[in-house]
Amino acid sequence: MSSVADTIDGLSRSDPGLSSVSKTVPDANLRKHHRLDLLFRLATRFFAFLVLLLLAGIIVSLLAGSLPALRAFGPGFVTSPQWNPVTEQFGALVPIVGTLTTSFIALLIGVPVSFGIALFLTELSPIWMRRPLGTAIELLAAIPSIIYGMWGLFVFAPVFAELQPSLTGTLGAIPFVGALFQGPPMGIGVLTAGIILAIMVIPFIAAVMRDVFEIVPPVLKESAYALGSTTWEVVWNVVLPYTKVGVVGGVMLGLGRALGETMAVTFVIGNAHKLSPSLMMPGNSIASALANEFTEAVGDLYSSALIELGLILFLITFVVLALSKMLLLRLSKMEGQKT
Amino acid sequence: MGLYSRRLWINRFNLAVSLLTMLIGLFWLGWILLTLFQAGFKALGPALFYAMTPPPGSDGGLANAIAGSLIMATMGTLIGTPIGMMAGIYLAEFGNRGWLAPVTRFINDILLSAPSIVVGLFVYEVYVIHTRHFSAWAGTMALALIVIPVVIRTTENMLRLVPDSLREAAAALGAPQWKVITLVTVRAAKAGIITGILLAIARISGETAPLLFTALNNQFWSLDMNRPMANLPVVIFQFAMSPYENWQHLAWAGALIITLGVLVLNIFARVFFRNQTPTY
Repeated sequence: MSSVADTIDGLSRSDPGLSSVSKTVPDANLRKHHRLDLLFRLATRFFAFLVLLLLAGIIVSLLAGSLPALRAFGPGFVTSPQWNPVTEQFGALVPIVGTLTTSFIALLIGVPVSFGIALFLTELSPIWMRRPLGTAIELLAAIPSIIYGMWGLFVFAPVFAELQPSLTGTLGAIPFVGALFQGPPMGIGVLTAGIILAIMVIPFIAAVMRDVFEIVPPVLKESAYALGSTTWEVVWNVVLPYTKVGVVGGVMLGLGRALGETMAVTFVIGNAHKLSPSLMMPGNSIASALANEFTEAVGDLYSSALIELGLILFLITFVVLALSKMLLLRLSKMEGQKT
Repeated sequence: MGLYSRRLWINRFNLAVSLLTMLIGLFWLGWILLTLFQAGFKALGPALFYAMTPPPGSDGGLANAIAGSLIMATMGTLIGTPIGMMAGIYLAEFGNRGWLAPVTRFINDILLSAPSIVVGLFVYEVYVIHTRHFSAWAGTMALALIVIPVVIRTTENMLRLVPDSLREAAAALGAPQWKVITLVTVRAAKAGIITGILLAIARISGETAPLLFTALNNQFWSLDMNRPMANLPVVIFQFAMSPYENWQHLAWAGALIITLGVLVLNIFARVFFRNQTPTY
């Protein structure tokens, strides 16, 4: 856009006829608008810069807030499983493990389901159904997370509690993996939180997958069909390899969402600062520890430890989301080259 | 079984699984909505909209929470939208050169998906600690910070859809650049930008985590922006986690109100501006 203005400037300067015209017109008006242009551009630039300031502000303020805890516990904070407000001994291991485990379960369930949904929306669905079905899946993303939490606690957990004994009976009997599925059927716990998270990240991952599947040049797909491929073979051998960078980017985006999800997890994870080998036992995640304890934290060290938790969460999600963004950018660059 | 029929059956099986995953997605949506309507309608009544949040065991409504949510969401949108639009205009109109635009775009996309509870912590650190009390202003700030990235993203995307010939035509008529942008480009992208703002409103009306440490909650009717203010999400959180039955009923009613509001906003935005619906 600015290039257009530059060319016009250039034209009036190089052409003597034009510049003589502009000399005869009183150009106070022109100068006024030049100043306004500059002002406008600087103003928008300032607000764009504000976004960077916001990021810096978040990191600096969280760092400042967690200084007492950083001084008291050092790097051992990350590896210590203790969390005792009475003796003021704090360690982040349990919430970190809880956050990572629940997100991992969410991806384990969410990624295949999202792939199926994206496949259905791009290849199978009749054209007229694509829009309403896509919107329905997007609405799943619009439902506030607190609703997922309530629904998970009051509706899903009781149903799940009845299924748990049969899970313990089947999956629990497998050696090694079996230990993950032991425990009383309480309905709430790490596994429940992971399942609820899976439902929440499905729309995000499915939307990205659908979008990247749609950029595959039709010629590629048609060539494969012409060679006699089935729909599945086209998707598996042509569409997926072509879009794999974008698909991974979508999965990372879902991971970023799952890591930071607060309310849904808080309702169903059980909020116990205990490390247990079973997924059916209550645990804790960084975000739900913050949501539950921050307003009631007494003493500088307690709240500072919680702020450090928040800092760790922010750094983890920042890295994951940055990776996701870079992968998606790479795909869109590749798209430009090949078509 | 020959190779051909095996390939055919693999194809059929996998496509059937794909259909199944679609049904699973719709099943969750249906199940959640059904529960909400069943549990929420029981508690729905006129008292919800004029009575205050009750102490445990007595009757009441959600009037203060609904009012608080409306006030903070409105103020948050009013503060966040202009900032987001200005930054979005920079990215779309001046963002082809220099380092600032690509970096801002990258960071903004990360902030778009960053955990909202961290935004709450940030506002607590920079505002609540210094004023020494929770307040509606702090809640408004947290919500505005969530609105900004959404609006930046949609403003930029929608402005980029406006054809350059439109800008050139205006410039050729002698319009200065600020007039081209405010009177021509932004106007042409108006529908899309409004859709983005509606989606941002839908997003913040259900946000709970950033309000926990900022606006907190208030059992009474209060319109003072410098004091804690009741709001639907936090009331739902508190009431749903409580052992009292009347509180839980109110939580379901609140959940129904929020979800209906958010879904109506979403569907409205998508249907009425269907050609320019931004994705985020």
